[in-house]
Amino acid sequence: MSTTRGFFRRRSGDDERLPPGQYLERGFPVLSAGPTPHTPLDQWDLSITGAISEERTWTWEQFLALPSEDFTVDIHCVTTWTKLDTEWTGVSIDTLLDGVELEGGYLTALCDGGYTTNLPVEDVTGGKAWVAYRYDGDELEPEHGGPARLLVPHLYFWKSAKWVRRLIFREDDEQGFWEQLGYHDRGDPWLEQRYQGD
Amino acid sequence: MRPTDWRKATVERIRPETPRAATLTLNVPGWSGHRAGQHVDVRLTADDGYQAQRRYSIASAPADGAPQITVVEVDGGEVSPWMVSVAREEDTFEVRGPFGGWFVWDPAHTEPVLMIGGGSGLVPLMSMVRAGAPARLLVSARDRDDVLYLDELEKRGVDLALTYTRRMPLGWTGWNRRVDREMLWKWQPRVGPRVYVCGPTAFVESVADDLVFLGHDPANIRTERFG
Repeated sequence: MSTTRGFFRRRSGDDERLPPGQYLERGFPVLSAGPTPHTPLDQWDLSITGAISEERTWTWEQFLALPSEDFTVDIHCVTTWTKLDTEWTGVSIDTLLDGVELEGGYLTALCDGGYTTNLPVEDVTGGKAWVAYRYDGDELEPEHGGPARLLVPHLYFWKSAKWVRRLIFREDDEQGFWEQLGYHDRGDPWLEQRYQGD
Repeated sequence: MRPTDWRKATVERIRPETPRAATLTLNVPGWSGHRAGQHVDVRLTADDGYQAQRRYSIASAPADGAPQITVVEVDGGEVSPWMVSVAREEDTFEVRGPFGGWFVWDPAHTEPVLMIGGGSGLVPLMSMVRAGAPARLLVSARDRDDVLYLDELEKRGVDLALTYTRRMPLGWTGWNRRVDREMLWKWQPRVGPRVYVCGPTAFVESVADDLVFLGHDPANIRTERFG
């Protein structure tokens, strides 16, 4: 490994909680491909569809009435920032899928604005993922994915699709927006799976 | 070699752009070219083994060969101060890429495009301009020292509009406020062309919102946000 003359650590980090190649960020940067959608809540709904035994749709009121969880997680963006101890409220994907039988091992999250991302089912079940609608004690701001976003904190943050509206279950893995543009299909920050080929 | 492999980059040339920004021309053996608007990941290693990784947009055109990155120093930053104030010719670090397939312009897109840049957001737009993109460019800068590439943009005869948000140059009679709807409307009332918007998050959020309000199709607006 060759070193760079005159370069040294300037930031103190909580190294054990920083995946390789990440740095500690105190703000909350934003990564989006286009303008932020502003869907009125009376036109908002969330559904699970595709290769499942029963499709379900919730209006905003019905969604808020589902059992929710408060959780604190670290988030890791592929652009190399990591933010520790972020506080969210959301509905576990396990809750959305309660009583439904899955007929495929993958899903596509489809969002307002047309953004998509693909995930294996096992990465969103077992208490690992939520549809989150509150951040840091407040409503989730549109620029951070409000009214509701997917939250899959153990994967790079582009998998935590902002403005999510549909979870489409599939038998085969189908690449989403960033994945078709060269980003990794799984995106595990601890394995540094940033791009296809990592 | 694949784009995901790390390679050694040697600083071939350094050009100061503004008091806080510099362009580094990199010699990267095996560099296979890029598309205008793409970025590279860079990795610096300290003597004690500590590593830092960042992504920087490529400023040069694909035809220029050796990739150039323009870095604006971030207060309290770790990598950008090295790039702007410490780096000198023959220094080395690691680089991989190019990456990114969305915020790009290819010569096949022959229709006019609009570009709106704030601060270092001008870097990937400059790559597109240098690659020959038929662009109208609106740049928002704090003051004259904050505008990258101004001489070159003027020399190239780029259709350029400027707004200064903090301090105006002496004798300035143009815009001196943040980009807003009225400014965007006066600058370019026609909707339809593809629009590239790049800069700090708050800047991109507000400009993209205004463009949608003015009737631009969200699908035509491509954004890239810097922390």
